[in-house]
Amino acid sequence: MPERSKTDLLSVRNLKIEATSYPPGEPPKTVTLVEGVNFDVKKGKVIGLIGESGAGKSTIGLTALAYGRGGVRITGGEVLLDGQDLLKLDHAGIRKVRGAKVCYVAQSAAAAFNPAHRLGEQVIEASLRHGIMNRAEAEKRALHLFEVLGLPNPETFGQRYPHQVSGGQLQRAMTAMALCPNPELIVFDEPTTALDVTTQIDVLAAIKHAIEETHTAAIYITHDLAVVAQITDDILVLRHGKMVEYGTVKQIIEAPTQDYTRALVNVRGTGREEATDQSDTLLKVENITAGYSNGFKVLQNVSLHLPKGQTLAIVGESGSGKSTLARVITGLLPPQEGTVTFDGKPLPPALRGRKNEELRRIQMIYQMADTAMNPRQTVRNIVGRPLTFYFGMHGRQKTERVRELLDQIEMGERFLDRYPAELSGGQKQRVAIARALAAKPDLILCDEPTSALDPLVAEGILKLLLKLQEETHVSYMFITHDIAIVRAIADSVAVMHRGRLVRFGPKSKVLSPPFDDYTDLLLKSVPEMEIGWLEKVLKTRRMESAGN
Amino acid sequence: MPGGPAQDQGRAITEAAGANPQLSGQAGSDTTTQSLPAASPNDQGSFSPWGSFSRNSPLAALILQRLALSVALLFAVSLMIFGGVEALPGDFATTYLGQSATPQAVENIRKDLGLDQPATTRYFTWLGGALQGDFGTSWASRNSVSEQIGKRLGNSLFLAFFAAIISIPLAIGLGMLAVQFRDRLVDKVINVFSLAAISLPEFFVGYLLILFFAVQMGVATFPATVYDGMDFTQRLSAIALPTATLVLVVLAHMMRMTRAAILNVMSSAYVETAELKGLSGLRIIARHAAPNAVAPVINVIALNLAYLVVGVVVVEVVFVYPGMGQYMVDAVTVRDMPVVQACGLIFAAFYIFLNMTADILAIVANPRLRHPR
Repeated sequence: MPERSKTDLLSVRNLKIEATSYPPGEPPKTVTLVEGVNFDVKKGKVIGLIGESGAGKSTIGLTALAYGRGGVRITGGEVLLDGQDLLKLDHAGIRKVRGAKVCYVAQSAAAAFNPAHRLGEQVIEASLRHGIMNRAEAEKRALHLFEVLGLPNPETFGQRYPHQVSGGQLQRAMTAMALCPNPELIVFDEPTTALDVTTQIDVLAAIKHAIEETHTAAIYITHDLAVVAQITDDILVLRHGKMVEYGTVKQIIEAPTQDYTRALVNVRGTGREEATDQSDTLLKVENITAGYSNGFKVLQNVSLHLPKGQTLAIVGESGSGKSTLARVITGLLPPQEGTVTFDGKPLPPALRGRKNEELRRIQMIYQMADTAMNPRQTVRNIVGRPLTFYFGMHGRQKTERVRELLDQIEMGERFLDRYPAELSGGQKQRVAIARALAAKPDLILCDEPTSALDPLVAEGILKLLLKLQEETHVSYMFITHDIAIVRAIADSVAVMHRGRLVRFGPKSKVLSPPFDDYTDLLLKSVPEMEIGWLEKVLKTRRMESAGN
Repeated sequence: MPGGPAQDQGRAITEAAGANPQLSGQAGSDTTTQSLPAASPNDQGSFSPWGSFSRNSPLAALILQRLALSVALLFAVSLMIFGGVEALPGDFATTYLGQSATPQAVENIRKDLGLDQPATTRYFTWLGGALQGDFGTSWASRNSVSEQIGKRLGNSLFLAFFAAIISIPLAIGLGMLAVQFRDRLVDKVINVFSLAAISLPEFFVGYLLILFFAVQMGVATFPATVYDGMDFTQRLSAIALPTATLVLVVLAHMMRMTRAAILNVMSSAYVETAELKGLSGLRIIARHAAPNAVAPVINVIALNLAYLVVGVVVVEVVFVYPGMGQYMVDAVTVRDMPVVQACGLIFAAFYIFLNMTADILAIVANPRLRHPR
């Protein structure tokens, strides 16, 4: 165990965290979430905690505030802040630390801000309540922080309510809220995960600038190694609540010693050659304009096409109309103008007008497999339903086919009688794929099927989709905001921005110069697993804007 | 926005989302502020003055909508009351005359009361009078219905008022107490007690109270009849038992809703944020939880207030209290239609008014509508 040195602000020793779980029909049992974790944060330095969901990152991060979410209890070890063990403090003592010496930035600032109060009030609340500053000082500091973080109209920003500003601005406001009382340490819990890449880079830069300027130490939690490489000095890799590897950024990225870390570093390595045969068109979308009842047009004049057996990736940030396009193709949202042609025949615009056979040939996979499956049906019923519905299968024949499908998604028949709640996130998404495959579709619309999954699990799903495409010759329309995924699986690419098609064509053409402005911005915003990438991008941006 | 206060704010949010679906799912981008549809009435297919008004000031638009709906609803109710009374079996003339109901006598009385005219004429005459506060003449007593009701309504409101000022603070206080001590003894006792009170029929609660306090201990007055000559303290002591009964009946509902609404908010991310700011428990409940829990609580309070005015028939009969409820029951037994119609319409008006007020308060309590983007 390393010795605590004088420059260490926070030292975590032998941390053990437990929770009580209540399995139905069994007595409650104690589960160990985190065990044997040691790390140090030096004054003014940043440590990254990285790992997949369930690795205990957030749980460990929150121990710096002596806080356990839900029934989580810190049962062993020491959390020393300036030499004082937080775990030995009483409730009043802990309250003096929280919001004063240690502050927290949550993953979803949209949920973490109180909708009933103005942003400014919330930003300065902790400083006032802890008696760190008077109101005038706190407001002055808040204004300064709004400026440092690059928020628009910093003078009046505090007057606004959380719902009046965008997600990226909220995330920066939350950082301001954490920095306001001049804390010694800030815990950032996946602060950019919920943002678009183009927004993420701005927020990352703002956070980095702000912690450098205020010399605050930080714990930065994320599942994205490329992000953590831009902002931290040290990295702690976690898996299943245990330490996998702990070292400097340089060592972890350039010379990882553990297999798991190596897998994380190489996760974006997959790629494939695009198919060039454009002759046999399956789906053709022409001049689609669509919107909702308030008159706002979500899609404007979108035209694209997709050959049989190939993959078309639709890229864009949230609000760009990607999912709406999928809704138009499935018939859930009849377009105001334009036509959808499928296998040479025009599709009726509304779902109600389509025949069973037309419905069968287009299937869908959703981002949240959780909400797309009935929690009270077994895997057998979930996958079997389309078999009965489209092919009239029953009894043994149906069970046989469900087994085949489960084999295809590499899960096997032991999952037949499981409920969705008994499956992991990746397994749920596989069952959703099997359900889509059961209809023997020609086209599967995949709406961000991997964005809620951990990188390694997501990679497995992508490989499965590619394998199934080879076996069944199905076409995919793959909606994503992740350029790495596009590189890995697409044949052609459509870039969307604010409801318009910005760029469309074969992958090699779309992803190589000359670029239009938006595609350029999008491509340059994707974090790369390279130290100093963020500075480089920001520098080019500055130079470009100076040149303009 | 995902994870926002949508669940907490009940129907007001549903309205907001309905008025502007673009509100949701825009959390991701830094640029949405400019791309919002607020600036887009120009490229809109169905442009209308109301549409642009409701976009620019959604709060005023929603409140106007509520007011208009309430008026429309009241008219519909007046139609239904009149139709329902028409459809009732039995007839005042035969009930009134009893044994001596010769066809000629019945015919005379019907003519006397104007029953020989078509129903539509009678409806509009009645409605026109009602709009001016004149509900006609009671068939049984030949007195002005408005005058009679004025007195009775005063009595009913007197009772409801005291039941309300005791039960509402008590319910909210107990609800907060239950939150503070959730899943501990205090919470459980409050829960069991309130469940028992809500499960027992009100007449039974009333008789129990009479048995203990009036018969056995002799400390309370029964019957709870009030009359003109009584002074204020006498009145108060007369209504002690019916007030207690009403408080017991409405308490549980409001208290459980307060508890549920605050608990729901207490598990939200912004309460965690408040906790991680090192704020005190009291400040978290009062400043961060309560403002987001008011909408559902207001709705339940309004429902119970309405019940205190409208639903007290049984309690009034049990305690022989001369309120609206008892007046209406008496009128139904003798088929005194003008009185039945008037009582029905006034009850409906109270119900609609209180619910509308609750709706409007819930809308006003919603910062998304008070401060549109």
